[in-house]
Parts: sequence; structure tokens; C-alpha cells
Amino acid sequence: MSSETREDLIAEVSRKFGISPEDYMLPARHMINLLNPDGSLRSHEEQGTEPGHEYPLPSPAELIRAYEALVVGRRVNDQNSALVRQGRMAVYPSSHGQEACQVAAALCLQDGDWLFPTYRDSVAVMTKGVAPMEVMTSFRGEWHCGYDTKQYKVAPMATPLTTQLLHAVGVAHAAKLRGENTVVVAMCGDGATSEGDFHEALNFAAVFHLPVIFFVQNNKYAISVPLSSQSAAPSLAHKAVGYGMAGERVDGNDLIALMAIMGRAVRLAREGGGPLLIEAHTYRMQAHTNADDDKRYREDAEVAEWVAKDPVKRMESYLADSGLLGDEVSERISAHAEQVAKTLRDGMNQEADTDPAELFNHVYSQPTAQLKEQAALLADELAREEA
Amino acid sequence: MTATASAVNGNVSAETAQAAAAKAAANQPVTFGKALNTALADALTADESVVIFGEDVGVLGGVFRITDGLTARFGNTRCFDTPLAESGIVGMAVGMAMNDMRPVIEMQFDAFAYPAFEQIASHVAKMRNRTRGRLPLPMVIRIPYAGGVGGVEHHCDSSEAYYAHTPGLKVFTPSTVSDAYLMLREAIDSPDPVVFFEPKKLYWSKDQVDLEELAEQYESQRAAKAEGKARIARPGTDATLVTYGPSVSVALEAAKIAAEEGRNLEVIDIRTIVPFDDETVSASVRKTGRAVVIGEAQGFVSVASEITARIQERCFHSLAAPVLRVTGFDIPFPAPTLEKHHLPSAERILDAVDQLQWEA
Repeated sequence: MSSETREDLIAEVSRKFGISPEDYMLPARHMINLLNPDGSLRSHEEQGTEPGHEYPLPSPAELIRAYEALVVGRRVNDQNSALVRQGRMAVYPSSHGQEACQVAAALCLQDGDWLFPTYRDSVAVMTKGVAPMEVMTSFRGEWHCGYDTKQYKVAPMATPLTTQLLHAVGVAHAAKLRGENTVVVAMCGDGATSEGDFHEALNFAAVFHLPVIFFVQNNKYAISVPLSSQSAAPSLAHKAVGYGMAGERVDGNDLIALMAIMGRAVRLAREGGGPLLIEAHTYRMQAHTNADDDKRYREDAEVAEWVAKDPVKRMESYLADSGLLGDEVSERISAHAEQVAKTLRDGMNQEADTDPAELFNHVYSQPTAQLKEQAALLADELAREEA
Repeated sequence: MTATASAVNGNVSAETAQAAAAKAAANQPVTFGKALNTALADALTADESVVIFGEDVGVLGGVFRITDGLTARFGNTRCFDTPLAESGIVGMAVGMAMNDMRPVIEMQFDAFAYPAFEQIASHVAKMRNRTRGRLPLPMVIRIPYAGGVGGVEHHCDSSEAYYAHTPGLKVFTPSTVSDAYLMLREAIDSPDPVVFFEPKKLYWSKDQVDLEELAEQYESQRAAKAEGKARIARPGTDATLVTYGPSVSVALEAAKIAAEEGRNLEVIDIRTIVPFDDETVSASVRKTGRAVVIGEAQGFVSVASEITARIQERCFHSLAAPVLRVTGFDIPFPAPTLEKHHLPSAERILDAVDQLQWEA
């Protein structure tokens, strides 16, 4: 779809439903939500969809595959938090409670598509296919990024906020110039939408009409600062219209809604519809990292409220009630999750693969004369320590 | 001489005259800006992954016209304007380099590159290292820099130290017309990211160079290229002036005056601040025994300071006097009418040379 075709479509839908093109870009009045917290399917009228905002449901096979990734993701989050408590891992920003977002962000993509994750998106990175121990390289303090970014089409997990959104725009731009059909999902959190690069990335993506889906996990806190102190916008999704792209809100603990909305976004982007902004409402169930104390800035009652909206239980109830999740499938999925957890435990027991000489190897394509001198100095120091 | 031989010789002379005339035509003085422009055009021709973008680089050809005519010649997918946002320009270039393109981007002025500093310091410089060598980022960030053109505030900074201080970046700054061409081609072909500092007062400087010949020379010597080598801009025996970019011409002027006064100064043009050529600098200072390091940037914690320290460390026993620095003052770049007091002048360089403990 060219930008002209896209504009024609917007004009047609706008005429059909009597809304202005600007309104077409605005999020639907209500957050898109297909499953109730107890796992029951909402009636069509209650799903939040409006003209121009309809979503086809994923197939049963897609739902089971996604549920499996959800269960594995939860197990990985809890296993890693335990490994940090035991002192076997340096740090782990857990996405416990946000696993539905993690899974949907990765599963909506095809092999040639790129994912741009943040430090809290380990589960999305694993779901895209990166081996668990390669994902955790940085959290065990071995090196900064442990996987082959080009092989997996997954950018390094970004620690600075929203700088990676511009890289996502660049990857999409290069692909577009070569006539490739690549879609890019770029992730960030609610606090990160205050950063300047968030603005520049959305603006560049819209101006160059690039297939990038900006996926904001609104987990309500930027470390300790609540969203109300972060933005005065009606919603984060509303920010999209200022750039000339459509924005949408979705229940970020509702995997089915997420898959529907992300699936549609990827399809539109691949057809040439340009960028989209999606805000997923979720909740960070644990502290920012093990170094944080969330009791200083939020009430237990608030956390308890979100326990009832848990994305894993919700999906499990839906699948069980729909007859899609038999004992055999359920056991296979649990065994898979346990096996991944064991891989992580065993991996963390191994000595990290580090060599001080490597410090000088990747600064430039060839070490400079000065780096060679410094490498020799360190080698000499180490040799004297050993002697 | 036989008639035949004479006729042959006559023909040879005629041909030589023709060739000389053609050569003279080809050797019209070329500006520094034209050399950069030609390097960009040749790189676009040589490598289809090269893309050029920035503010006003398209139809306008850049505020200094360095990208003049490139959009018309190569199309707006190879050379194009972006929204006015420097972090966006650099960040998008990072992504394009991640996806196998070779972006050559323009920051309109030195101080306008600061909004992009996080992208440059945290990503451009570190991506190869962060990914354990798996994701190199070949790209060039062109920055017109330094003063001497009567520019207003925020248009005249010498910001090279920020980038030279950041591991992972190469920092180039040409001072001659032929280096403008050759070094920009090298920067674009480099597997490492290069911050390419163009002394804006040199954009209109001219030299007799044959750009086609330079292009051939570049292509044929690609394997043995001189990246990272300093250049002896003027050989001498009594003291060494070490400098780069906009200050090379000032140092040469000082050396010319000194020669008239009986002192034979060697002038070294660093060319690439990173990688730094300790070898050429040290060899020169060991030979002369005296050195003055010159830079237009404010002197405190500057590139000139680093060079001075390196000379002291390496050449201490050959030195007859402390190494001195002539730099800009430690002040924000002044308004146009006052800039001449701030910039290192030939006189200030000669005063420093006079202080190098000469025997009476």
C-alpha cells in the first residue's frame, strides 16, 4: 500500500462512518479488550472496537503456540529473579506481569522482520528465537550483548531509553530503499515516551512512511514515577495523531487482544500503511530491578488488584474453558518451561566465557597502536599476577 | 640531427604541448568544498549502499553546498533531506548501517551536533563493542567546524575533543584540498564509524589538483591507504609545530616567517586525531628537540593537551625545552568582531617558539 493508497483508505473509511481523517488516527474511545480477567470472552459490543478498528481473532493453533511462549516467559522471569536472589546472576529486570505483551511483540513478526527490545524485554527476545543463555549474557555480567543481532534480527536490548526506536526507523528505512518487505517492532515503556528520541523516531517514521510498529508497554511506573507525573496526554496512544499516524490502546494483559491488534498492525505496515503506535496497558508486578524497593512508591493493594488481572491465568482459563487446552498439551508446555529454566540454572553455574584480552578486540575493526600497547600492559600485569 | 629525427621530435613536442595544455585545463584550481563534493559523488558511484542525508542536503545542496547536485544526479533515495532533528539523523543512520547501508550524514554546524551526542557516544561508538564485534557500524558523520569565518554563536565550535575522547570513533580532519578528497573517500570506505571534521574556513581554499587523477590514485592505492598517518606539511630541523585542520595553514605561515628569521621549523599535520600517529610526531620531535602543539579549540583538556602529554612521555630525553601549547582561550567562542583575539595566530605561535629555551 503506497502512502496515497493509505490516504485513500482513510478517506473512504472516514466518509463511510462520518468521521474526520484525524479521528480515524485517534485511538478507539475504549481500550481494545477481548478477554475478561476471568478468561471469559467479551461480547463483540464490549471489546472496544469501533469503525476502522476491527480485529480478526487468531487461530486455535496460534493461540496454543502463544500460550506456550507465555508459560515459558513466566517461568523464565521467576527463574531469573531466583537466580539474582541467590547471587548467581548480577541483575534482572523482570517482565513478570507483562508476559502477554512480550509474547505478542515477537510472535506477530516473520523471520525477516526485526525486533528492537529494551532491557525489560528478555522474554520477547527469547520468543523471537534467541537462545536463553545468549539473552542473559549481559545480566550475568559477561558482555553487553550476547547474541548475533543480524542472525536473529533482534537488536541489542537497549538500556538508554528510546535511542533504539530511531535505529528501528533506520533498519526499516534501509529495507524500504532496497524494496524489501521488512516490518519492525520497536518497544519502549511509558516513561520512555517523555524522551526526545521517542518524538524524533515517531516523526521520522511518519515522514518517511516506514513500516515500524511502536509498541509501548505502559506498566504504570518509570522506576518510581507514576504515569500521571510523566504525561498529561489523554493517553499515550493519542500522541500518534500529532505525527500523522494511527494510535491504539489495548489491554496488555489480554494476549488474544494483543495478538489481534499486533497481527493487524503488522499486516497494515507490510502492505505499506506506514507506522503505527500501540499502547498496551499492563503492570510491572515486581520492582524495577532487584536494586529497587517498590514499597516506597506504591501500595500493596494496587499490586493485588493487578494479580487478579494476571495474563497467564487469564489465557489458561480461556483455553481450558474453550476446550483447547487438554492435559497432554498442558503437561508438554509445563515440561518445556521447566527445561528452559534448567538450561538457565545450568548455564549460570558455568564459568562465564570471558578473556581480558578481548577487551581490546572490538573497539575498532583493527586495534590501534595505542590499544595494542594497552593490551600488552594488561597482559604483562596478568602474567605477573600469575607468577 | 636528421630530418626524420627532427620531424619526430617536432611531433613529440607538439604532443607534449597538447598534453600540457590538457593538463593545465584539468588543473584549474579546485576548492576544498568541490573536492569533498566530488568525493561524495565518487563514493555514491562506487558503492550503491552509500546514502547521504541531513538537513538541507537535498535540493539546496547543503548550507555550504558540499552536497550540491547530488540529489539531481543520483536521485532522492541516495541523497535526501530529513526532518530537522540531529539525534534523529544519527539514530536513523545507526539503523541503516545495522541493515547494510553506508550512511554519510551531515550535521549542519559543529554545535548543532550536540543533540545527537547520546546517539554518537552510546551507539555509533559502541555498537561494535557491545555486540562483541558482530555488528560494526560503517558510517560517516560530517561536521563543518571551527571559526575564522565570522560566524555567530553556536556556529564556530571546535568540538573534536568530545569525539576523540570516545573510544570506537575515528576522528578525521583534512587540511588540504587533496586530503579533503582522499580522506573523505577513506572515511566512507572505513569499516569503523568516522567523525569527519571539515574546517569551514577552508571550504573556499583552492589548490591545483586533478581530481580525476586523485580518484585513480585512491582506487589504485586502496589496499595501501594512508589512514592514520600524519603528514609532514613542511620539513624542518629546529623545532616541530604539531597541528591539524584549520591551524595547519596558520602554522605554515608562522614557519615561513621563522625561516626569514633564520629558524627552520617542521610542521606536522596530524590528519587523523584517531587513530593517532605517535610514530611520525615522536620521530620529528626527537629530531628537532623542541615542539609547540597548536589547536584552535580551547586548550584545557584538549586534543592539543593530549598530544603534548604524549610527546613528553615519548621524547623526554630528546627535549631541550618543555613542550608548549598555543590554543584558543578557555572561553566560549567569541562574537565575530572578537574572534581574531581568540584564534591562534602566526604571531602567537612564533612567541611560543621564542620561548623554547634557545641558546643565546
